[in-house]
Amino acid sequence: MTQSNSTSRDFGGFNEAGNGDHSFGVPEGLIVSDLVNCYRQMVLVRKTDERVWMMNRQGKVPIAASCQGHEAAQLGSLLAAKKDGRCFLFPYYRDLAVKMAAGLTAEQVMLSFMGKQGDPYSGARQFPLQGADLSNKIIQISNVVAAGVTQGVGYAMACRMSKDDTVVLVYLGDGATSQGETHEAMNFAGVHSLPVVFICENNGYAISVPQRQQMAIEDVASRAEGYGFRGLVIDGMDLMASYQATREGVEHARSQGPVLLEMKLERLMPHTSDDDDTRYRGKEELAEIRLRDPLVTFPEYLKSQGFITDPEIEQINNEAQILVNDATDLAESTPPPDASGMLDFVYAP
Amino acid sequence: MPVKSVIEAVREAMQEEMRRDDRVFIMGEDVGQRGGVFLATQGFLEEFGNARIMDTPLAEASIMGIAVGAAFRGLRPIPEVEFADFVWPTVNQLIGEAARVYYGTNGALPVPMVVRIPYGGGIRGGLFHSQNVEAYFCHTPGLKVIAPSNPYDAKGLLKSAIRDNNPVVFLEHKKTYRLVRGEVPDNEYVLPIGKADVKRVGNNVTVVSYGLMVHYCLEAAEALESEGISVEVIDLRTLKPLDTDTILQSVKKTAKLLIVHEANLTCGVGAEVAALVADEAFEYLDGPITRLCGEDIPAMPFAITLEEAYMPNTGKVSEALRKLAAY
Repeated sequence: MTQSNSTSRDFGGFNEAGNGDHSFGVPEGLIVSDLVNCYRQMVLVRKTDERVWMMNRQGKVPIAASCQGHEAAQLGSLLAAKKDGRCFLFPYYRDLAVKMAAGLTAEQVMLSFMGKQGDPYSGARQFPLQGADLSNKIIQISNVVAAGVTQGVGYAMACRMSKDDTVVLVYLGDGATSQGETHEAMNFAGVHSLPVVFICENNGYAISVPQRQQMAIEDVASRAEGYGFRGLVIDGMDLMASYQATREGVEHARSQGPVLLEMKLERLMPHTSDDDDTRYRGKEELAEIRLRDPLVTFPEYLKSQGFITDPEIEQINNEAQILVNDATDLAESTPPPDASGMLDFVYAP
Repeated sequence: MPVKSVIEAVREAMQEEMRRDDRVFIMGEDVGQRGGVFLATQGFLEEFGNARIMDTPLAEASIMGIAVGAAFRGLRPIPEVEFADFVWPTVNQLIGEAARVYYGTNGALPVPMVVRIPYGGGIRGGLFHSQNVEAYFCHTPGLKVIAPSNPYDAKGLLKSAIRDNNPVVFLEHKKTYRLVRGEVPDNEYVLPIGKADVKRVGNNVTVVSYGLMVHYCLEAAEALESEGISVEVIDLRTLKPLDTDTILQSVKKTAKLLIVHEANLTCGVGAEVAALVADEAFEYLDGPITRLCGEDIPAMPFAITLEEAYMPNTGKVSEALRKLAAY
């Protein structure tokens, strides 16, 4: 598996997560079927993501933010959250894989992106997959970058006050780290040693603005020291490194306090379906990062270990295709919400 | 019945609700050891401990965001904004987020939270310790906005706000904290959100106000009685939702309406009340709907001369009422 240990850095001496050698075998606590299932999820997420984008181009989906390139980090962290079983999630808008791995179906995704009845997040009031999916322990209220970071910290504080040992996973992009609320939230989490794992999916771009214009440091993780907790750089294109770091991060958060995991990864698509990334990055860069696409590297790794065969890969792809086709058909034939509901839920009773 | 100040009433309301419901907690700057800069939480740290009376870092945006997140988990936070003038960093979380959560989750996630905000001028607070911020929040569906004028209302409404399942902006006029005293019963009571109070019955002119200004309106009404002008005084108490019935009923009787507030004139609560009456009671009116409000300057100035020039007072209210009564 592609492994870029050169990117792994540890600020504050937090264990060895992400620095380990995963060149063979299965990480501790996992079995082979966990990894194969992750691949199955990864394929379904990618095919769903691609379909959403295609439907946008057909005029059937108003807006899409693709998670392509972020799948390994998201699915690795979610595998850790699932194995732990006591995590609550505050993802952000590029976290389709987080949301699907947490339990959202392809049908629900398509309903949400097309603004149809049955959108579990907001009843199609909001941009796709924003609102809350409480049955899958997810809250993501808005697109206002970093607003969910403070809320996630508040949720973690309330868990502790309620004697509930939940750990909150707060996801944010590299751009979000420039926001004042991120600073305030991390400071607060540090002061109170709250059970939070901050997962920064650093793809190097905030829409068009590259990291070097976003911050004067190489690693977001290095900021953790300033808040009195540990920060770690992870190869976010490596599912198992992401899993292992999150697994250890969750345990650390529960017993000792916050952790900042910076998952370095690539955004393979423009910011959203309304963006044109050729205006700010070259074709060579895109071609280079595509070589690191987890949809390529992860199955290669599984094959090299004998965990999966080509016919099985083909079958997984075919099954996902059928699921996405069926989901699309269902969403297309489902009506949007009735306009009579517009005035509902302004105030809670 | 015991006589108490507004600040005592506020303190009692929170104390009673915190004893009643252990999901209620307070967070803010200086609320713990110091007991709040106005002593609203004096003695709370000893009774409730530092988990429920939390001194926060000096960072208003996260005070609000963390309160919102705690409300998501089923707690009932009372975040305190130390002065209304410091509310602006919280606006993303309060207007941008909290007000929209219940709607934006299709009714899945309520945000039970009371944001306590000491506000208002006439206390030599200058531009950054005198602001009246209510209009910004009244413009936001999803929020409720309360601005009591006296201890009895402050206590009954704050208790209701804490029990409400929505984000409530609770505005406490700083000048009333110790200046305004009144009877507060010892027994448990709550007051309904969204109900105005007719403080004085009259026939010739209706004056609608809230907060500190109610007291100037009552003094003016008293003064004008000897001139044969009978003034009905309505204390809105809740600014959102407005008690439209009480306003309309009164104006239909008196045929004349004055609205008084300390906040700037343009797009203030008075504009909304005026529009309501123009829409619903136009044919009952015998004079122009009149507003006596703060001038449209950025905020209340510091110098005594400038501050007095800005603040509506009993004399200015009397003058406006006389003019209106003469129609």
